[in-house]
Amino acid sequence: MGLLSMREVRLRFGGIVALDNVSLEVDEGRIVGLIGPNGAGKTTAFNVITRLYRPDEGEVEFDGKSLLRTPPYRIVKHGIARTFQNVEVFPTMTVLENVLVGAHASSRFEPEHRVRTRAEETLELVGLRALAERPAVGLPFGTLKRVELARALASQPRLLLLDEPAGGLNHEEVEELGGFIRRLRDELKLTVLLVEHHMSLVMKVSDWVHVLNFGRTIASGTPAEVQRDPTVIEAYLGGEIDAPAA
Amino acid sequence: MVLLLAAACVALVIGSLVSDQFAEQTVAGLATGGIFGSLALALVLIYRATEVINFAQGQMAMFTTYIAWQLMQWGIGYWGAFVLTLGIAFAGGVALLAFALGAVFVRDWTFERMGIKQAGGGVIAVVIVTIGMLILLEGAAAWIWSPEIKSFPSAFPTRPIRVGGVAFSIQDLGTIGVALGSVVVLWVFFQFTKVGLAMRAAALRPFAARLVGVRVNAMLALGWGLAAVLGAIAGLMIAPTIFLQPTMMDTILIYAFAAAVLGGIESPAGAVVGGLALGVVLNLLGTYVHFVTSELRLPVALGMLLIVLLIKPTGLFGHRVVRKV
Repeated sequence: MGLLSMREVRLRFGGIVALDNVSLEVDEGRIVGLIGPNGAGKTTAFNVITRLYRPDEGEVEFDGKSLLRTPPYRIVKHGIARTFQNVEVFPTMTVLENVLVGAHASSRFEPEHRVRTRAEETLELVGLRALAERPAVGLPFGTLKRVELARALASQPRLLLLDEPAGGLNHEEVEELGGFIRRLRDELKLTVLLVEHHMSLVMKVSDWVHVLNFGRTIASGTPAEVQRDPTVIEAYLGGEIDAPAA
Repeated sequence: MVLLLAAACVALVIGSLVSDQFAEQTVAGLATGGIFGSLALALVLIYRATEVINFAQGQMAMFTTYIAWQLMQWGIGYWGAFVLTLGIAFAGGVALLAFALGAVFVRDWTFERMGIKQAGGGVIAVVIVTIGMLILLEGAAAWIWSPEIKSFPSAFPTRPIRVGGVAFSIQDLGTIGVALGSVVVLWVFFQFTKVGLAMRAAALRPFAARLVGVRVNAMLALGWGLAAVLGAIAGLMIAPTIFLQPTMMDTILIYAFAAAVLGGIESPAGAVVGGLALGVVLNLLGTYVHFVTSELRLPVALGMLLIVLLIKPTGLFGHRVVRKV
């Protein structure tokens, strides 16, 4: 029984079936990669888990409890935090304020100075301590990704949903990110669900990989198994699975 | 921009030291400017939270001022009525948002039932609802309290105090104090409190805010409530000067729009500075430029608005919003 499980989830937008009978298990303490060509339904799956979309059919459970009656603002209280593909930081706030909003999600009865210390420590962890007082607007895309990651981490989640964390990063930064995601799992005991186009990154850090295409699961297995799977290779146009991000 | 403002301030101070009349008119201008600024700030709050221009802001202020008058008629003291009115204004602001959103919901539901497909238009629909509220509140006030002009007591004594040879009205100084005080309180709230931070988050990126645990709808309602309170303060401060009547805030609201645009419709600080600047400029023009009579004040304000829109459409403090598509 996984920490997160989606069972036979179906979601339609008008005539388009965005998710078709998708079942997905994420075991505690694992890093699970969710991959697939553009439009496969990866971000849609994230939006279903975080309750921005309501599935037409199926069940989404976290820690044994159904999420389908939970409003989006309570998702984080259950221990699920996410980042966004096109970074959704609060532009006119400082970097620290952005992280504070996240830290407040898990700060019931915690005095404000402790929350602040926690936010500062999280910034230290992602290496942005020096930029704490800078407004988020105007910072480079890669830095904003880290601000968003810090905001998610500050809410002290059990499950972290990362939507293309490597987008806009250079080769070295992608390498570094891979190590960082593993550290989060090992040191903070986080479970990670990762949507990513950088196949090398996904294959290196994931314990398990789930492949979607046109809203359907076409494969699920260890990175090695998935890379050999003929349907997966075909879905990526028969081309090399190491194709760079679109 | 900061330099320009500093220069303007220095000019005002020097002028005030040189001429007593100039000093008096500057302070009086700051007092009316403070009221424009409060109301402009209310507009900015709502605009930032929900992207709605609340046309009923002035009438909400007028209506709450009537409520204060009624409370005083029932024998409640000035400050008791003041506090009660602010509470009622807050509830009214929240209720107005709920009403507007409810109206949009009913419309969408009806259209869906009739099988009519239509795309969004939520914001425009709410704006139209606020115009409806403007007419409704003005009519209701005239119906309940009669359209007759009533006098309204001032919180502050009307006698002047003299500093050197200059006579300042205590009422003007009090109005400036209350307007600036409420702005400072609001600023502290937004800058240093947990709820203030959550409100900013909800206004900036509602989806992301929701997923970091912010109750976005509650925050928006809070924003409308606070805006209504600011408007009520403006109404209570101006009523002794312009008297209580259903149309009392009509022109004040236009000045407030001008102030908000002058400062940049997204900038709270801009709204306040815009209000103060507008108040002072109009008062000094009225005093020293003889063809600007009181009938010409409004056209002058609108002229300033037009010039700002032509030269710097984002306002003095606004930023150009660049969105990746």
